[in-house]
Amino acid sequence: MKKIYPNKEVCIGCHLCEVACVTAHSKTKDHILAHNVEKAQEGLAPRRNVAQEGAVCVALSCRHCQEPMCVAACISGALTKNTETGRCEYNEEQCVGCWSCLMACPFGSIRRHPFKEKIVKCDMCAGRDTPACVEACPNAGLVFEDRGSD
Amino acid sequence: MAFAPINKNYHDFFVVRDKDACINCQVCVRQCSYGVHFWDEARQCVRHDNTKCIGCHRCEALCPTQALLIQEKPSNFKANALWRPVFIKNIYKQADTGGVLLSGMGSPADIPVYWDNLLLDASQVTNPSIDPLREPMELRTFLGSKPTRLEFEETPEGPRVKTKLKPNIALNFPIMFSAMSFGSINFNLHIAMARAASELGTYYNTGEGGLHQSLYKYGKNTIVQVASGRFGVHRDYLNAGAAIEIKIGQGAKPGIGGHLPGEKINAKVSETRMVPIGSDAISPAPHHDIYSIEDLHQLIYALKEASEYKVPVSVKIAAVHNVAAIASGVVRAGADIVAIDGMRGGTGAAPAMIRDNVGIPIELALASVDQRLRDEGIRNNASIVAAGGTRCSADVVKAIALGADAVYIGTAALLAVGCTLCARCYTGKCPWGIATNDPYLAKRQNPDIAAKKMANLMKAWAHEIEEMLGGMGLNSIESLRGNRDKLRAVGLNQIELDTLGVKAAGR
Ligand code: SF4
Ligand code: SF4
Ligand code: SF4
Ligand code: SF4
Repeated sequence: MKKIYPNKEVCIGCHLCEVACVTAHSKTKDHILAHNVEKAQEGLAPRRNVAQEGAVCVALSCRHCQEPMCVAACISGALTKNTETGRCEYNEEQCVGCWSCLMACPFGSIRRHPFKEKIVKCDMCAGRDTPACVEACPNAGLVFEDRGSD
Repeated sequence: MAFAPINKNYHDFFVVRDKDACINCQVCVRQCSYGVHFWDEARQCVRHDNTKCIGCHRCEALCPTQALLIQEKPSNFKANALWRPVFIKNIYKQADTGGVLLSGMGSPADIPVYWDNLLLDASQVTNPSIDPLREPMELRTFLGSKPTRLEFEETPEGPRVKTKLKPNIALNFPIMFSAMSFGSINFNLHIAMARAASELGTYYNTGEGGLHQSLYKYGKNTIVQVASGRFGVHRDYLNAGAAIEIKIGQGAKPGIGGHLPGEKINAKVSETRMVPIGSDAISPAPHHDIYSIEDLHQLIYALKEASEYKVPVSVKIAAVHNVAAIASGVVRAGADIVAIDGMRGGTGAAPAMIRDNVGIPIELALASVDQRLRDEGIRNNASIVAAGGTRCSADVVKAIALGADAVYIGTAALLAVGCTLCARCYTGKCPWGIATNDPYLAKRQNPDIAAKKMANLMKAWAHEIEEMLGGMGLNSIESLRGNRDKLRAVGLNQIELDTLGVKAAGR
């Protein structure tokens, strides 16, 4: 199964992956409207988060774990593991905003929605051939590939 | 301008930000290593300080909404053919600092580019052109000393060459990556050049900064350089490459040495150069053991001894007024390859006055060296490599027709990985991650991507060279070498034509 792997050796901390993530999850799919309008109106937020310490940068997000802690912790069935695609899927309708997953995720990959009582989480860009963040990265700081089971 | 020196406002570039398109993502803020863009807390938006922009275009290239445009500042001084703005601004700068004007990359000065005056021939009717896609085309090039004559002997297995051949290096195409030291450019690009050269079957030159242990495995495609500072030179280094080059001069700064500022000497550079971390690495102007052709002869043979006569020794000189006589001396001193670096060759740092006013163009230097060595009957003793200002494959073809065996490309290789010729290499803040050892900036060159781009460039040029050769009815680069009949010139005077050894177009 293909997954997204960050590479801190070449991530330059530009945050273009975050920009692309926001646009890919917007209604308009337009950089300018997504960031200048939908962000404020809908609380659109990036599902990826670039962490930086000195010169070291890395773009972190959901690892779509084999045995996801978030799925185990979810009290409402909003989070499920799709064994076919490998994705940890999230159904916003069902989310009750209890933040159990937030506490359970060992990688801190789940965030609160800026104003709804819901979470924001990477969906590995369901519907796209290549995830938006991977496609936008100018330096191969994110790669989308099959590395076998992990 | 308040709180700043008056001259600060005579900056060269300014930033145009399309406010409707800007999404305040701050990508530009993070990309600019000169601190031009910043987040304005009070206005809650990204803004910029034009005075700091050096015109590298990094922000423009990475802005996700194409909101940025970097422009030359149109503010004009009163027109003056003598006092052009560059001279006026330089005087303001020097009046402020009292310092030497530094610069990077090759000279932007308006000196004739003879490549543009030279035109190539093609076959029509009387001799057939060749389609390189259907017929074999030979670009293979051997650099090194060739024998004056070959002797053969009969053996039971058939005839055999009796003459003892001197070591040569074999290139799949007549192009190599020029000397750019580790330190002046960072390690990522050294790995990239090493990998690209290995993949292509050509060579890259270490430059004067030594060779890091981890790159020894690319030795088959490496030329190791020995310069006046002798940085990183030891027995293993001399035996790590496929050829050794003694650097006497550099086209961008003939007659002067080098100075790698302490800030660029990090742990890895220090280990490779064998100098303490943070100390300035100074290459003296001359080699202090070379004051004559005889001394050069001694160094050439010392290096041949050290490498057991297994590799050719090259001598790189800058193209200066007496370049032909100097090259003749260099060949007589035992060099197997003479590399000539023209005045438009690049550099990591050079005084602007030297860069823009010293030396001669490579086209004239190359033609006169080739002619001189032929006249003296020693042309076969050494190969000629032309460097400094090769912009495209047609320049390569013209250089070979003028007498070069191969060319070195430096600036073109850096352009391939993003360089925009902003010429601020000496600051160590290159926003493209090229001329910098700052780990945050150097990461911008992913060695995998850089190696691919450099290799792509060479492959593209090789295809074009094959097309041009085929058009001339030649099926091997050997048939073009020194074949000036394949060149005609436009817009040159008789002396220039004579020096280039080329007929005027129409003749
Ligand atoms: S895969 Fe898609 S959803 Fe996940 S971080 Fe990347 S862009 Fe965002
Ligand atoms: S786009 Fe790529 S290089 Fe830029 S921050 Fe994201 S992962 Fe790093
Ligand atoms: S990178 Fe472009 S869109 Fe982003 S803040 Fe800068 S100008 Fe605005
Ligand atoms: S990144 Fe380069 S072009 Fe852009 S503002 Fe900074 S110095 Fe100027």
